[in-house]
Amino acid sequence: MKYEAVIGLEIHCELKTKTKIFCGCATEFGADQNTHVCPVCLGMPGVLPTVNQRVVEFGIKAGLATNCEINKYSKFDRKNYYYPDLPKNWQTSQYDLPIAEHGWVDIDVNGEKKRIRLTRIHMEEDAGKLVHSGTTIKDSNSSNVDYNRTGVPLLEIVSEPDMSSAEEARAYMEKIKAIMEYIDVSNCRMEEGNLRADINVSLRPVGTKELGTRTEMKNINSFKNLEDAINYEIERQTEVLEDGGHIVQETRTYDPARGITLSMRSKENAHDYRYMPEPDLPPIVTSEETIEKYRSELPELPDARRARLEEEFGLSDYDAGIITSSRAMAEYFDAVVATGADAKLAANWMMGDLLKNLNDEGIDISKSPVEAQRLGEMIQLIMKDTISGKIAKKVFKEMWTNTDSPEKIVKDKGLVQITDTKAIEGIVDEVIANNQKAVDDYKGGNKKAIGALVGQVMKASKGKANPQMVNKLLAEKLG
Amino acid sequence: MKVTKEDLQNVAVLSRLAIPADQEEKYIGQMDKILTYMDNLAELDTENVKPTTYALPMQNVFRKDEVKESLDREAALANAPLKEDGYFKVPKVLED
Amino acid sequence: MRLYEKPAHVLHDMLVNKEITSVELTEDVLARIDEVEGDVKAYLTITRDEALAQAKAVDEKIANGETISFLEGIPGAIKDNICTKGIKTTCASKILENFVPPYDATVMTKIKAENPVILGKLNMDEFAMGGSTENSAYHPTCNPWNTECVPGGSSGGSAASVAAGTAIWSLGSDTGGSIRQPASFCGVVGLKPTYGRVSRYGLVAYGSSLDQIGPVTRDVTDCANILNIIAGHDDMDSTSSVAEVPDFTKALVEDVKGLKIGLPKEYFVKGMDPEVEKAIRTAIETYKEMGAEIVEISLPHTDYAISAYYLIAPAEAATNLQRYDGVSYGERVDGEDLVSMMTNTRTEKFGEEVKRRIVIGNYALSAGYYDAYYLKAMKVRTLVAEDYAKAFEQVDVILAPVAPTTAFKIGEMAGAPLQMYLQDACTVPLNLAGLPGISIPCGMSSKGMPIGMQLIGKALDEETIIRAAYTYEQSQDYHTKMPQLGGNN
Repeated sequence: MKYEAVIGLEIHCELKTKTKIFCGCATEFGADQNTHVCPVCLGMPGVLPTVNQRVVEFGIKAGLATNCEINKYSKFDRKNYYYPDLPKNWQTSQYDLPIAEHGWVDIDVNGEKKRIRLTRIHMEEDAGKLVHSGTTIKDSNSSNVDYNRTGVPLLEIVSEPDMSSAEEARAYMEKIKAIMEYIDVSNCRMEEGNLRADINVSLRPVGTKELGTRTEMKNINSFKNLEDAINYEIERQTEVLEDGGHIVQETRTYDPARGITLSMRSKENAHDYRYMPEPDLPPIVTSEETIEKYRSELPELPDARRARLEEEFGLSDYDAGIITSSRAMAEYFDAVVATGADAKLAANWMMGDLLKNLNDEGIDISKSPVEAQRLGEMIQLIMKDTISGKIAKKVFKEMWTNTDSPEKIVKDKGLVQITDTKAIEGIVDEVIANNQKAVDDYKGGNKKAIGALVGQVMKASKGKANPQMVNKLLAEKLG
Repeated sequence: MKVTKEDLQNVAVLSRLAIPADQEEKYIGQMDKILTYMDNLAELDTENVKPTTYALPMQNVFRKDEVKESLDREAALANAPLKEDGYFKVPKVLED
Repeated sequence: MRLYEKPAHVLHDMLVNKEITSVELTEDVLARIDEVEGDVKAYLTITRDEALAQAKAVDEKIANGETISFLEGIPGAIKDNICTKGIKTTCASKILENFVPPYDATVMTKIKAENPVILGKLNMDEFAMGGSTENSAYHPTCNPWNTECVPGGSSGGSAASVAAGTAIWSLGSDTGGSIRQPASFCGVVGLKPTYGRVSRYGLVAYGSSLDQIGPVTRDVTDCANILNIIAGHDDMDSTSSVAEVPDFTKALVEDVKGLKIGLPKEYFVKGMDPEVEKAIRTAIETYKEMGAEIVEISLPHTDYAISAYYLIAPAEAATNLQRYDGVSYGERVDGEDLVSMMTNTRTEKFGEEVKRRIVIGNYALSAGYYDAYYLKAMKVRTLVAEDYAKAFEQVDVILAPVAPTTAFKIGEMAGAPLQMYLQDACTVPLNLAGLPGISIPCGMSSKGMPIGMQLIGKALDEETIIRAAYTYEQSQDYHTKMPQLGGNN
């Protein structure tokens, strides 16, 4: 039997507020343990929460940016379970009336567009961190608790199980990341845990509708792990089913070192969160006016920006898609074009040498050694025929490690294109004299033979001769 | 009987309380009496009644996103039953 | 007459007029504590040295000719579920036996700004769960009028200390009658303000949507003055009201002419002690004579309020008390792993009544029972509130008993939790509706035990119940009576 995967994601996105969701402690990452804590986030007897208004604003904006309906009446609830990283032994979250519901985002996989539905977005508090004394939880005799992260605001973005491959799940998570960056509600630094996903995976026979038993993998915090965990889980579940077994509903952990998922000895049915409305926090009532105000503050979102780049600059859908896939990249593109550089050239250079170099060295575009300004200047040198496209590759390579302006690099390295007719003519004459066979071929009707001659001229000029002029002169001289 | 031993032990786990077997009868007896009394609520038709969570009608009470001073770590840890290197220390965690 | 017998407003005038010093006053109250605390046992913590130091500082201020505020230099005490920075706050529970809060409750910040003399922390039912103070994990408190009887609860220490003269004033908390019922049992004045009138920040939560802090005092004048100090919006409590706070002492007016007083027939139930009913009926006659208009009203869902309350309060308590797990504060009982440590801690350190309410609360919230119990109770809460709203279209205040009996004997209700819960029939409906209520003395039983009556007001209208209470008080002398205890006279 052939199976298809059914995948849903719950993405936890830490918000970039100054303070925690329910108290005034700083959210700053990397502080010494238990220094960003107060009676409120420590859950001491007698304390009460107060809602950070920015969190509500960010929740509404995230909802609007993902085509959700904003709930006019929303409230917080207590989700009860015991864990030492949760000082009150409940997580203040949202249950039946989340801030936003029923949205969607579009993703592209292999040139195909697919719409992924969002079930809901709700606001909640993050938990603290447990540091285990042993190498794994199971062989530790004790654990140490740091409550700095307790109460850092989170949005939980829950998708419908609309994805059917690891690639789609990745494209979806990338899209959510891009949107959250565009609307500037999160730093989305996955290595700091700003963005992490719980993945639900189940299989069903192709062509059937009924959902199979699912497993859940929690706290996946890189795109690679996301894809690997899903692929492993699909393979594992397929094997179980093909062997006539059945899938156990459970939480599994993904071990990136071994590339496998492991059962967590789960008693999933023992969880009864006993949700109840949070009596200490009055409800959030959002007017149409407030919604429209927040909507008006939203920047241009990835899909709109992509369409605009295609229309305004004639970029291909593919190029525009990549360039707008992160806010930083789109802003880089804009900055290059703003220098006066041609947009298509800008796109080509970004998609080519720039991304290749960044990827090779694992550098984020915001920290690119070749800044947008200098790439723009370099492209203008091409546009002004100061350098050829081929020379430009050399210039770009030099710029990667040299902070001089491209103009200075071209001058210092003597890479200025030869556009002096006399100088080129001399080389052309020499090449014609030394390549009788190619000349004869050309004259005999094989017009393609001119290519070899152009190549010889370029080689002799160390690539600096203007190729158009070389072509023109050769054609003239060969009659 | 409204409350079974299984119900009672299930709630005890949710409550992180141990109810030894010799106390089950007492708990169940008292809970039965109380819950039976509360059955009078079933007499009321509340089909179209909205639940009241908040004693007074309030909404949209927010705090500005401004940093306030945190506790210093000594004060935060002062009441800790066990601490180590600026952390709260707890016995080993078995996942459940 | 000793100083401890006087209300705060009289003592304030004496301090201003330099008839007494705060040290003299404080020493007198501390002497009273030495005389009778062994019989009454109202306190869990006594801060004797700090109290005398505070008194001395106030006397220096007065000697320097500075003006003093109402409570300045006047000894009072605080229920032990209100967080006091640097002073143990145990909630009368073993689980917080050594807990010292690193912060002050907002009411403490406000009270401290007045510069009073704080004598210590008062006994209560563990985590405010109970109506007799027998559920204290440390010791029961005794009723100063008869030490074989309970003082009521859960603010038993708050009421007993003021009645015994071991505090001039105190703060209590009221979730289902915990200020009003002990005030009634001990013959003092106790006010539960409108929900949200006083910040709950720093009040250790029991039933978050029901809890309110309020004053326990010798008379209505002191009550109004202390409410002035503690009332008002607090940024730290999102449920605290933003409504303007009036000067409640302006309501200390002797006038009930034309005031419409409602008598809810459902509150005069069978099983009520005839002496209690008689005292209340007599008070009604007094109001009539003073020109008030008495109107029979009906609050038809009264019978259901107890059921709703004893689901909602335990459900909220079950979650509120989850934090006591031995991890970051409070006592810990070791276990081989985390879960057994938490379970051992809670099983050994919580008392029976607290455990019972946690179990009932979690039962009502658990899968399969939520709709039938918790949600149903929240809906009935709406009906109870609507009853009052309708009644207040006809009347200005509602007059009712506080409790069906006078103080009962210590141990009398042991092992009968339901019977105990049913005692709260006249007090819990207000908490469900968030309304203010005051308990004032209105009689003495043939056995010499105080009887209180309750005046219930509209939301945020404490002024009218204070006016009605004050007017009645002027016609009586119950509030001036002191119990005969050990070293009295």
